[in-house]
Amino acid sequence: MTFLKSKILVLLVTGAGLASCQSVKEYNKMYLNDSEMVLSARKVQKTEMSFMQYREGASGANGGTSGGGCGCN
Amino acid sequence: MQKIYLSASFFFLSILGSFAQTATPKDTTTFRRRKLKLEEVNFVSSYYTQDGNNSAVTGGIGTEELTDVATNFDLTFTRSDAKNRAHTLNVAVGFDHYSSASSDLIDPTTISSASAADNRIYPSVQWSMRDQEKHYAVGAGLSLSTEYDYFSKGANVNFAKFSKDNNREFGVGLSAYLDTWTVIYPIELRTIETNGTRVDNPEAHGSKPRNTFNTSLSLAQVINKRLQLSLLLDLTYQQGQLGTLYQRVYFQDNSLDVERLPSSRFKVPVGVRAHYFVTDKLILRSFYRFYSDNWGIKAHTAELETPFKVTPFISLSPYYRFYAQSAADYFAGYQQHSPGERRYTSDYDLSKFTSHYAGLNFRITSVDGVFGIKKLNTLELRYGHYNRSNGLVSNTVSLAATLK
Repeated sequence: MTFLKSKILVLLVTGAGLASCQSVKEYNKMYLNDSEMVLSARKVQKTEMSFMQYREGASGANGGTSGGGCGCN
Repeated sequence: MQKIYLSASFFFLSILGSFAQTATPKDTTTFRRRKLKLEEVNFVSSYYTQDGNNSAVTGGIGTEELTDVATNFDLTFTRSDAKNRAHTLNVAVGFDHYSSASSDLIDPTTISSASAADNRIYPSVQWSMRDQEKHYAVGAGLSLSTEYDYFSKGANVNFAKFSKDNNREFGVGLSAYLDTWTVIYPIELRTIETNGTRVDNPEAHGSKPRNTFNTSLSLAQVINKRLQLSLLLDLTYQQGQLGTLYQRVYFQDNSLDVERLPSSRFKVPVGVRAHYFVTDKLILRSFYRFYSDNWGIKAHTAELETPFKVTPFISLSPYYRFYAQSAADYFAGYQQHSPGERRYTSDYDLSKFTSHYAGLNFRITSVDGVFGIKKLNTLELRYGHYNRSNGLVSNTVSLAATLK
């Protein structure tokens, strides 16, 4: 029941967030196009993302890989 | 009459000729755009070191000392086709050299066993095509990874649809990794006792598969002029040899076996990333992820990075990451498993713990070149310190350069 409530809450928050979206024109994207605003991890984070994938039980949903190496050392 | 025909013919031919003359430069321009162009070169090099006292190779006790030097190099080529679609080709290769004190204890009788120091090489190639008129993008890629006892082949395809105003993008990706693992047992388990004599252990030879299949869904959305976010969902299924066969487990009666874990695992991570341009100098980059799998692990990850623009070209970004996970159903420490169990591990990566990771990112970028080097577009230096509640500590230093 708690899990269902939290799912409903996430859906409501996401829905409210998406409903409040503005249509931003290309000429108004000065801030959004800044290189610090890219919606992904930085390339320089490659190594730390790898070791976190290997040293922790959780992985994925962060733009990194989900396989392709042993990571067993 | 003939003069009229000739005049008309010359007039017609001259019009054709004028079209031909205007068409030729257009073709030339298009041809120039179609040529493959080296757009970007990226270089990332890192030094990683860790230490702790819960090595899985020695059953949950002993040193976890490890160092890794990783170098990645990639080239990005671009071109446009006749339909004005943008093609991108990325060719990358990575090289890791690591040394691991605990792996040296797989067989302590040797001066240095196979995995005490090893190299990993991982090349990949990725193609993508973006159609700005029809508002979609497709891509595909191949990858390989090879080290002493592990070989991996990977393939992926992806598709993205974006809105006309480029404010919303929905993406779906499928990937598969088909891996082969050479069986290596701890030295004392490579033979077994039968009728009072020690004979070769037939399980301690050969190779085993490990396959990973992943589906990724993402939705990126511009909220307003300063805020954008993305929602990410992965569904990952793994099957095959998921336990590490040279990791020891000591039982309550002091008997010994290798780690035994289920042959399949289903993982579901859900993440949200939000980036907000607060003022002209300050940006907030935030990320949260909830993770759950059918081994009993539930985890929360929260990250916050705050790039501060010292000048329009230089930024300093302190960052902090908090992580907490519950233990896998099969985990217990040294001499804590009972001999009757079917699945067991003493790998502290699967134990209950929290971790803190904090550091600083320095970034300098300029289209005119950095430090007087015209082609050097971006230079980044990043340091991070990691501290886990069960004693594992690590440090990472990375340097990244982008040439355009």
